[in-house]
Amino acid sequence: MTLTPVLTAHWDESDSYTIGAYRRHGGYDQVAQGLAMDPDALIQLVKDSGLRGRGGAGFPTGMKWGFVPQGDGKPHYLVVNADESEPGACKDIPLMLANPHSLVEGCILTSYAIRANHAFIYVRGEVPHVHRRLRAAVAEAYAAGFLGRNILGSGFDLDLVVHAGAGAYICGEETALLDSLEGRRGQPRLKPPFPAVAGLYASPTVVNNVETIANVPYIVRNGAEWLTQWGTEKSPGFKLMSVSGHVRRPGVYEVALGTTMRQLLDYAGGMRNGGEPKFWLPGGSSVPMLTAEHLDLPLTYEDMAAAGTMLGTATPMVFDDTVSVVKAVTRWLEFYKHESCGKCTPCREGTGWIAGTLEKFEAGHGSEPEIGMLEELCGQILGRSFCALGDAAATPFPAALKHFRDEFVAGTHTPADVAFDPVAATVLPAGATR
Amino acid sequence: MSIPETTRGELAELAGRYPDARSALLPMLHLVQSVEGYVSPDGIAACAETLALSTAEVAAVATFYTMYKRRPAGKHHVGVCTNTMCALLGGDAVWDAVSARAGVGHDEVSQDGTFDLERIECQAACTHAPVMTVDWEFFDRTTPDEAVEVLDRLAAGEEVRSTRGPVVRGYRAASRTISGIDDDGLTGDGPNADELMLAGLRAAEERGVPAADGGR
Repeated sequence: MTLTPVLTAHWDESDSYTIGAYRRHGGYDQVAQGLAMDPDALIQLVKDSGLRGRGGAGFPTGMKWGFVPQGDGKPHYLVVNADESEPGACKDIPLMLANPHSLVEGCILTSYAIRANHAFIYVRGEVPHVHRRLRAAVAEAYAAGFLGRNILGSGFDLDLVVHAGAGAYICGEETALLDSLEGRRGQPRLKPPFPAVAGLYASPTVVNNVETIANVPYIVRNGAEWLTQWGTEKSPGFKLMSVSGHVRRPGVYEVALGTTMRQLLDYAGGMRNGGEPKFWLPGGSSVPMLTAEHLDLPLTYEDMAAAGTMLGTATPMVFDDTVSVVKAVTRWLEFYKHESCGKCTPCREGTGWIAGTLEKFEAGHGSEPEIGMLEELCGQILGRSFCALGDAAATPFPAALKHFRDEFVAGTHTPADVAFDPVAATVLPAGATR
Repeated sequence: MSIPETTRGELAELAGRYPDARSALLPMLHLVQSVEGYVSPDGIAACAETLALSTAEVAAVATFYTMYKRRPAGKHHVGVCTNTMCALLGGDAVWDAVSARAGVGHDEVSQDGTFDLERIECQAACTHAPVMTVDWEFFDRTTPDEAVEVLDRLAAGEEVRSTRGPVVRGYRAASRTISGIDDDGLTGDGPNADELMLAGLRAAEERGVPAADGGR
């Protein structure tokens, strides 16, 4: 069995977001335990656990913490990336609604490890209820003495600020997030220097995803080997996976890494029509799509890479055969066009060019030479911008073309909405469309 | 309209929360938006004055982010996600119905000023598709009929509750909440989690899988 209720274990308790509920299950016990440790031992513990970043890139967390120079006389900062907005990803927002204290406790332990006295949680602006739950959790933690001056008599001080973004997908990119948190337009920085050396206010900064930080208290409590009981050597642990699309029970599933999509589909009640997916994306719109032939691959960083895609945020989107691939990809490109920050020319100009060309195919007005042009365009954008948004925008079309070239050829004469009745793809009750 | 002294005091309070005051600019812009219903030239000037920046520097930031409105916003912001997942699962139909009901299109305000419509990008709720938001609160797995009914009730001044959050109170109140200046008292309103968030836990229960959190 690969279901692993850890972060989600008590979400069925109606007060799960309160400090009372969190402490009822041992929450905040790890603060005293962690603060009694040497900070370097805490970093080593997380290194030993093999925890990898849960925001998409999968970088080893302990190693990232270890890059922060110590004894440099500069203030250090922890910045939690809670700007969840990758199409398909809906795991951090549920976590912060139902169990915000696991994130707060993780912030305390992580800040102590990297010697930070100031931590920030950068939450996308468009989720006021998440802001309420997180701010309330932070206030409760201050009142209980887990934040503020001289925490539990340890001499360790920490201030934790919940910060609001204002509607910009690009701010999920760590250096754009830092610029935004400095009160500027959210545009990525050229790397190096990396944030661990020159991040917030040009000081050493660790930027970690919500789910990554929420793992930390559980690792401190149970040990590194506890985490490695799940997953593989390269992908240890468990993962919040949000499953969306044409499944009978979409939702958040917490499973061991290495679970297959077929198992996940089983947990999610199977496809609504009982068949197999036409295509699915393991981790957001920025990773190449897969098909039914890939259902038995383990959902790990390494197995997804071997299949030519990425685990990404591990939030599978699943589509059945009612869906036009051309329409799906066009909509994603319209998103990237909207969200490109405009800093780098290949991304700024390229996203609009791809989206506009795809719109012709969606309308049935594409041409065969434009298929080749789109391929070349994507190839020219890939790897030529400061950040990964340009790469992400160059990803959906080539992957779709590889598996569904026929549909793009059909887009030279038949509109997507004629080839695929849009009503059939909806999950609305019969007769609900006007 | 100008920014009142009480608000200027609150702007200074937000600025005081950060090691570098300028970090407060995004929350400050949410706050001035809550006072005037949009980020006006006066709002920009108030932020600039608080942070000792030029109005051009503040305007450059305000215009980067989609949540800041540059013309008076409607009473209620209504967003319909039309990114791929929501659009395909019914969001396009929801958008058509909502747009017809309000009589306006994307980034437009209905004639009576009640509705401010926006085709929004991914709201991190694909599991709950198709998704509508009112004043940024979730209306999950909505249908065109349900969405129009929500608008009808808002137009009639009735109480409307999010499916996964609290009662909606208008765009200005939402902007104040997001700014973080104070507690609006609604933290406990709405469910702690809904059935879709609990899907994995239910699947575990059905299969007799216990909590795996190491006794926590």
